[in-house]
Amino acid sequence: MTTLLAGPGQPAKHARPTGKMRGLWEASPLTYVALIVAVALSLFPIYWMIVVATRTNDVVSAVPPPLVPGGEGGENVGRLFDNPDAYFAQGLLNSAIASTVVTISTVFFASLAGFAFAKLRFKGKNGLLLTIIATMMIPVQMGIIPLYMIMVELGWQNQLQAVIVPFLVTGFGVFMMRQYASQAIPDELIEAARVDGCTTFGIYWRVVMPALRPAAGVLGLLTFMQTWNEFMWPLAVLAPDNPTVQLSINNLANAYFDDYTLMFAGTTVAVLPLLVVFIVFGRQIIGGIMEGAVKA
Amino acid sequence: MTTDLRAGRKHSRPAPGDPGRRPRPTWRGRLAKLDVKASPYAFISPFYIVFLIFGLFPLGFTLWVSLHDWGLASGTREWVGLDNYDYLLTDSDFWHATVNTIGIFVMATIPQLLIALFIANALNRRIRMPTLFRIGMVAPLVTSTAAVSIVFTQMFDTDWGMINWAIGLVGIDPIDWSAGRGWSWVAIAMMVNWRWIGYNALIYLAAMQSIPRDLYEAAAIDGASRTRQFWQITVPMLRPTVIFTVIISTIGGLQLFTEPVLFSVRTPNNMDGGALHQFQTITMYMYDNAFGSDRYGYGAAVAWALFMMIIVFSLINFLIVRRTGGTK
Repeated sequence: MTTLLAGPGQPAKHARPTGKMRGLWEASPLTYVALIVAVALSLFPIYWMIVVATRTNDVVSAVPPPLVPGGEGGENVGRLFDNPDAYFAQGLLNSAIASTVVTISTVFFASLAGFAFAKLRFKGKNGLLLTIIATMMIPVQMGIIPLYMIMVELGWQNQLQAVIVPFLVTGFGVFMMRQYASQAIPDELIEAARVDGCTTFGIYWRVVMPALRPAAGVLGLLTFMQTWNEFMWPLAVLAPDNPTVQLSINNLANAYFDDYTLMFAGTTVAVLPLLVVFIVFGRQIIGGIMEGAVKA
Repeated sequence: MTTDLRAGRKHSRPAPGDPGRRPRPTWRGRLAKLDVKASPYAFISPFYIVFLIFGLFPLGFTLWVSLHDWGLASGTREWVGLDNYDYLLTDSDFWHATVNTIGIFVMATIPQLLIALFIANALNRRIRMPTLFRIGMVAPLVTSTAAVSIVFTQMFDTDWGMINWAIGLVGIDPIDWSAGRGWSWVAIAMMVNWRWIGYNALIYLAAMQSIPRDLYEAAAIDGASRTRQFWQITVPMLRPTVIFTVIISTIGGLQLFTEPVLFSVRTPNNMDGGALHQFQTITMYMYDNAFGSDRYGYGAAVAWALFMMIIVFSLINFLIVRRTGGTK
């Protein structure tokens, strides 16, 4: 992962490049201009969201629009949590619970299964692995109607477990952990633990899990983001008064689409946890995306 | 099979806890053997349990539901055979939504992948602060789709939106982004592009870094320009990765839901996709039929039609990309 992050276009290891060869990889000023424009465009909507969230409504419709944040952020967030239609605090709490539970469960079960597929011998392994890869091709939304019917049968409509239980472990997670485990853990390590009298689960817990930590971290981050962001399924199964944070935003948007500062305060609060995670773990996330791409 | 041998060796030793006593190979040995044999299945079973109940069963059950006139509120459950599919083929609303979906999908995917390719090529140069650029490019991906769709909807506002203001600076008249079919597609496609360009750029970058440097050096010695190197070395070498991103974009693009739903906050029913359904996607149409109109059977038929469409489109795209790459 680190090697991928370290070397963009650096052929350093090869024979000393001649002047011309070095020029081959040098970024021109034009490259920098293009990249800076691209990054600016990619960050601007996020920045604009924060600008509006910290302003009053009359300033937002001004021409030209204000381009720096104002001082109304606290007040707007206060209005957000006081708003009777958004159930914002409930939404935040629900999203935090659902995302945390799904993340922990996915990382645990996916690494357990990934370890089995990578390092254990059992009948039917290859066929089973193939079915897991096949499940990754099925879009979750395809099953949304019967999934809803199952929830009705279980009496889970408008219950938080409806957005948790179906996602406790994913094929993507299993496959990702399997790929990582097969190259990160030497067979000798497992056999040594076996000789020392470890049970298979003991081997997982004491030997495999620690070795899988980097991949588990990336999977955890991706799972958290995905659960936090889920929109369609919670919209179908949860009622407006017991929302996830994305549904709180939807509640606001439907009722207060003229009150931009209120809506933007909501979107900012909904995005903030993800941005914090990203600022802290950005390198790992990028490494995970790139590593996943090379494997695929 | 080595694992079996090791397990056997383990229980042939006296257990460390009780020296002197004769080992009890049957009991401990059987346990160890059971552990080796059963553990793998125990470890993978959580996935299969969850998948069978909440993944595979729903998929099959959708097919069953689609053969019925099925309402949850009304309690209707009448076998109608292929009637839903029959109706689907002549349902102009469905085909209207299909055209919308494909229109937005094309506007989103092609620029998205092309721009990502150019950005990846730029990131593949020797640049200062590469990580900073990468983080900046991929930040949109880690924001919430619902939240940012609202931000974009405000930016595309006809009277007060940032985008009409900006194009006004260069003398272009304001555009009513949400009213017309074409412009609303452009607006929604831009939300999708914004979100996914950085992600695809990173994937292309990862693939570019594994292209052997010697190829470029040889080409440079032969006097090939950077542009030529890009089109004749980089792009052909990236073909598998391009196929991967095209298929991922196809699956995502055909299921488009959150962006158009939130783009229509000003219309009475979010699932309509505007007053004239000008940007209603297939997924919105499915959702509206099932959850909005209590027509779960027909909604399920739409879901299956969409699933088929995703498979067919992925295949077509796969063949196109392979063909265009192959003639090079």
